[in-house]
Amino acid sequence: MNSSMPVTDAPLRLPSLHRAHFEARTLQSGILTASTWILALVASIPLFSVIYMLLVEGGSRLDWEALTALPPSAFEMGGGFGNAIVGTGVMIGLATLISVPIGIFSAIYLAILDPDSKLAHTARFLAKVLTGFPSVLTGVFVYAALVVTMKTYSALAGGVALAVLMLPTVVLAAEQAMVMVPKKMKDAAFGMGCTRAQVIWKVVLPTGLPGILTGVMLGIARAAGESAPLLFTALFSNYFLSSLSEPTASLSILIFNFSGMPYDNQIELAWAASLVLVLIVLVLNITARFIGRQKF
Amino acid sequence: MVSHLFDHIDRSGSVTAPPSGGDYAFDRGFRGIAWMSAAIILALVAYIIIEIGGKALPAMTQYGFGFLTSTTWNVQESQFGILPEIWGTLYSSLLALLLGGIFGVVIAIFLTQDFLPARLAVVFRTIIELLAAIPSVVFGLWGIYVLIPLLRPVADWLNGELDFIPFFSTSLSGPGLAPAALVLAIMILPTIAAISVDALRQIPYKVKEAAYGMGTTRWEAILKVMLPTAGSGILAALVLGFGRALGETMALAMLIGNSNQISASLFAPANTLAALLASSFPEAGEVEVQALMYAALALLAITLIVNVVGLAVMKFATRKFEAER
Repeated sequence: MNSSMPVTDAPLRLPSLHRAHFEARTLQSGILTASTWILALVASIPLFSVIYMLLVEGGSRLDWEALTALPPSAFEMGGGFGNAIVGTGVMIGLATLISVPIGIFSAIYLAILDPDSKLAHTARFLAKVLTGFPSVLTGVFVYAALVVTMKTYSALAGGVALAVLMLPTVVLAAEQAMVMVPKKMKDAAFGMGCTRAQVIWKVVLPTGLPGILTGVMLGIARAAGESAPLLFTALFSNYFLSSLSEPTASLSILIFNFSGMPYDNQIELAWAASLVLVLIVLVLNITARFIGRQKF
Repeated sequence: MVSHLFDHIDRSGSVTAPPSGGDYAFDRGFRGIAWMSAAIILALVAYIIIEIGGKALPAMTQYGFGFLTSTTWNVQESQFGILPEIWGTLYSSLLALLLGGIFGVVIAIFLTQDFLPARLAVVFRTIIELLAAIPSVVFGLWGIYVLIPLLRPVADWLNGELDFIPFFSTSLSGPGLAPAALVLAIMILPTIAAISVDALRQIPYKVKEAAYGMGTTRWEAILKVMLPTAGSGILAALVLGFGRALGETMALAMLIGNSNQISASLFAPANTLAALLASSFPEAGEVEVQALMYAALALLAITLIVNVVGLAVMKFATRKFEAER
């Protein structure tokens, strides 16, 4: 302490640092905080309402017959959506087979081979544009490109439509995962004299695998729930799939068709099919999150 | 091929080897395939535009711009116009944007401004993200059997008491604009919230600390510092959310009533471009398909523009922070 500092008896005039409880700005803050809580809770109601309805309405009808039988006709009782489960599975499989290799290879190009080239910038931008692309237009496109030329609605067309939908999700997630692989690891491999293909094949892909898998599973989850692209590519069928070049049933189209019918049996089945579909999508989503949690 | 460069090295007793000719061939092939895959994305987008545009061409030459301003859709007389659908698309999407935007941004604030302990914030964030995972048809089904019965008494009361206001001028007889817009709002809320959360997270922590240090209340900091700073990112979120609403199909096809009319009433049935495609395409004849292709092209143009604008705003927002750091 400096003893030469002048000492005065005058009290230090500081403004009050205490914020009164009923001051206008404190009140404003409190009211807004309370409304935020209310809005946030209101926003989570739909999810819980949907899940509740699925469990109550769908759960009561979900049994072995529903999972395996063919869809009932108008006044028929019972029945199920076995063919729709098979159809969704087959089309998702086709879509994965098409979109995953293309998606991962283009992600390799975007993330490692030439990240700053014109092609990479354009492809990255277009992939982002495609994520916001209306799924119904994917259906229109595949209708024009495949259904018209093959002259029939088919599982193949449905699979291609879903592949177009999955592709951007896979590309962007896989690129992200590969960029995250530590540069040190890539540099070490290059330093050993590896070719670029060897670095990618033996270092980047295995290390980035969890992230890539997450992207693939999120893409599958997105495709599984889609119906608009299937409406006029795969159409619907009341029978089990026997070839890839014929109209094919899917869970989402079954829900769409049955939801508008005036028969209780069909509506109950629509709820049960929704429960199955949501379970598939949520399980994929949660697994994807779980795998993707591993970070560097 | 550079393998000959290593030929003079004595490798007797060595466990390492330079890449063989096979390795180089593999490398070339591998890079070639990767280049092709990236090019496929470009080709795909070009193919989509050409294919839809080409199939729409006959209708475009036949109906011209009158197609966009005509209100009739009559298959028997080959009279086609999509003004009601354009109106319905914009109206329902704007309503959804208003609601989904308010909720989305508030939720982004809720998740980033220390309202919840970190662990609970993760749980809540997951709930919102799972909302995005629920398929469109399931929301449609929920809308038909939960939302519409719930809205009906409210709508009828509003129509009874306040029918001089154009928004409430009809009663809700079943499907209509209000349930469709509500479900649409629920569906775009996660998109808006997620992008806004990223925008708010990008703000350096010291900005918030500086505001608190000046003695602001939590909301003064949020309204006067955080939101303006994240402004362009939140704008991008709203634009991309709007783009998503414009193209959403199944839930709308199930809830909006597919009625070819222009009405300001929230409870009147309406139609959107995407719902028109979904409901008319499967049973359309050749002439109608051409008209539908034209409608698809219109939807393609609108959504492409909105998405490109949204992405551009987002790029601008990210760049701003990269420069500041």
